[in-house]
Amino acid sequence: MADLLNPAAELADDGHGHGHHEEHHGPTGILKWMTTTDHKIIGLSYTVTSVAMLVIGGLFAEIIRAQLATPDGHLVSLAQYNELFTMHGSVMIYLFAGPFAFGGLANIIVPIQIGAPDMAFPRLNALSYWLYLTGAITMLLGFFTSGGAANFGWVAYAPLSNSLNTPGAGADLWIGGLLLTGFSAIFTGVNLTATIFYLRAPGMTMFRMPIFTWNMLVTAILILLAFPVLTAGLIMLYCDRHFGTHIFSTAGGGVPVLWQHIFWFWGHPEVYILALPFFGMATEIIAVFSKKPVFGYKSMVFATLSIGALSLGVWAHHMFTTGVVLLPFFSIMSLLIAVPTGIKIFNWIGTMWRGELWFSTAMLMSLGFLFTFLIGGLTGVYLASPPLDFFTHDTYFVVAHFHSIVMALVLAGMGGLYFWGPKITGYMLNERLGKAQFWLLFIGTQVFTFPQYILGLDGMPRRVPLYIHNPEWKMLNEWSTIGAVMVGISTIIFVVNVGYSWKRYPAGDNPWDAQTLEWFTTSPPPHHNFYRLPQIRSERPTWDYNHPEHKSLAHGAGAGAEHQPTPLAAAVTVLEHGQDEGPNEGANE
Amino acid sequence: MKVEAKILLSLGTFFGVMCAVYWNWSLENAGGVMMFAGMLLCFLPGSYYYWWSRRMKVRPEDDPNSTQSEGAGVVGSFPSTSIFPFMLGMGAFFVVLALVFGIWFLVPGLFLAVWAFLGATAEGRRGGHV
Repeated sequence: MADLLNPAAELADDGHGHGHHEEHHGPTGILKWMTTTDHKIIGLSYTVTSVAMLVIGGLFAEIIRAQLATPDGHLVSLAQYNELFTMHGSVMIYLFAGPFAFGGLANIIVPIQIGAPDMAFPRLNALSYWLYLTGAITMLLGFFTSGGAANFGWVAYAPLSNSLNTPGAGADLWIGGLLLTGFSAIFTGVNLTATIFYLRAPGMTMFRMPIFTWNMLVTAILILLAFPVLTAGLIMLYCDRHFGTHIFSTAGGGVPVLWQHIFWFWGHPEVYILALPFFGMATEIIAVFSKKPVFGYKSMVFATLSIGALSLGVWAHHMFTTGVVLLPFFSIMSLLIAVPTGIKIFNWIGTMWRGELWFSTAMLMSLGFLFTFLIGGLTGVYLASPPLDFFTHDTYFVVAHFHSIVMALVLAGMGGLYFWGPKITGYMLNERLGKAQFWLLFIGTQVFTFPQYILGLDGMPRRVPLYIHNPEWKMLNEWSTIGAVMVGISTIIFVVNVGYSWKRYPAGDNPWDAQTLEWFTTSPPPHHNFYRLPQIRSERPTWDYNHPEHKSLAHGAGAGAEHQPTPLAAAVTVLEHGQDEGPNEGANE
Repeated sequence: MKVEAKILLSLGTFFGVMCAVYWNWSLENAGGVMMFAGMLLCFLPGSYYYWWSRRMKVRPEDDPNSTQSEGAGVVGSFPSTSIFPFMLGMGAFFVVLALVFGIWFLVPGLFLAVWAFLGATAEGRRGGHV
């Protein structure tokens, strides 16, 4: 099996990166987990925790869909339904999608992709994880309080979220959990930015960084711009609830819509904070499995940067129906975002064009991402137009739109796990189970979103536990529930696959004949990541090393680079407290 | 360093232009203030990087022709293990629980947080690990 999956085995085993001459000695077991500052272990903890959150949030979704399978379902009470859709959204957005990408995969992959020994601030990185874990626990603790979990929707709109309309500990736990995870995101943003700016390997210029790293840089900058606003808003909300301020209530001269401004000023960049890492994953995967460099590398970078730039000016398209926002400005800005996104889709197709396609699970997931994201993106363009938004606001059309987007991200994220899983653990995942998971996930996604588009255009409002007895609506809701069940089964297949493939198919250093620096080191990478580094002359150093006959064209200056001597063993020294002797002055943390 | 500076400065410039257009057109203050702050957040590190990039030698990672041996030397000082992030995380957890369940949670929360602050600082100075 491993050989079938591993056509590049001879290339990968050509000797570089082997010889475990520098084993790391430290605490083991639970103490290792608690005290580690290694970005790979922290990233793995993040990944496992966020996948657990995906399962919890998915369970909420299955209960919601079971309730909606019939017009007057009795599975949950109306109050429980409010808690379920609130916590489904909260868990998926705050605790799964973001942390999975920027805390999980990016944490592991970005330092290795740029040839860094660790994140710039390893202890801050560990603190991020602990804040994320405790934030998740805090938010979910709401289910164990007498009043139940938060039930004002994941957006916590102002008059509804005050202490009169939503009393109880659940809402406060929601606020507290978000404060913790918000700080964890900010610290991760600081860490990623500093790592990318300061810890690149020699020759790894900015315009040679892999697209995934570029996307994570823009994501990190967006985190720094957006999350402090949410944290400030949450503190204001808490003051309104407990200290008698009237920031969001008209009674004391406050402005309820201010909450929406603050929330969406975080919330829309957050959409790109969620999406950009997954765009990066899909870009890497499509390039590797087409055996081509990324088509239009620079346009890809500028598209990412312009998505980041525009994302700060589109927040109020969530607030068109409030009647107090500047419609043309936000409509124009939102429509403009379609341009860089279109460039990205064009480049993904360009990367595959006349490539040597290899339909592994990761590639199928990325293609599924492309298709599903296109549907979600195009319906987003409709919603950016105020007349259409007035018609569809708060209906299932909006629900279907953003579920197309986030399910596309789940597809890309699963692709990322199949693609980078071998690098992280040293073992491949089973491809047959992976393909079964892909088809169920992909078809299930379409089956559950398409009926919702039609329901939304028919006028079915979101967040309702009951709906009128209409045979067509019942039929569409049944289909939607069937799709949700398919998605649920696909997640079970993934968990089964992880269990089944556990230490079964050794991966080798570079099982996919991939291009970027993380595939140059061992799987899993050693402590501080590299024994040696190749010469970096393009955005695909590992490919250049493994295929000297098909070198990439060097970016920028240095076109004569081909004639330089073979890579010298990197003499990069990493000082480690208490391990190596050496000067400890100038510690960078 | 120049590319890093240019990215942040051009993002900041874009936010500034967007802020000016939006604020003058809508006369709505919340968004204007937030975009202005976004501009400052990009200009602050961006101008610092720009200032430095004109005064420093080209780093090996910015030189397209550098070899790996040019990066030889001390990259930085990385702690191998540390218990203090966990302690600080738990401290923050209890402080947040104090917001919800009662002020007495502040006692273990602040105790852990202060211990972790002091411990992490001492660890950084001493250069030793736990």
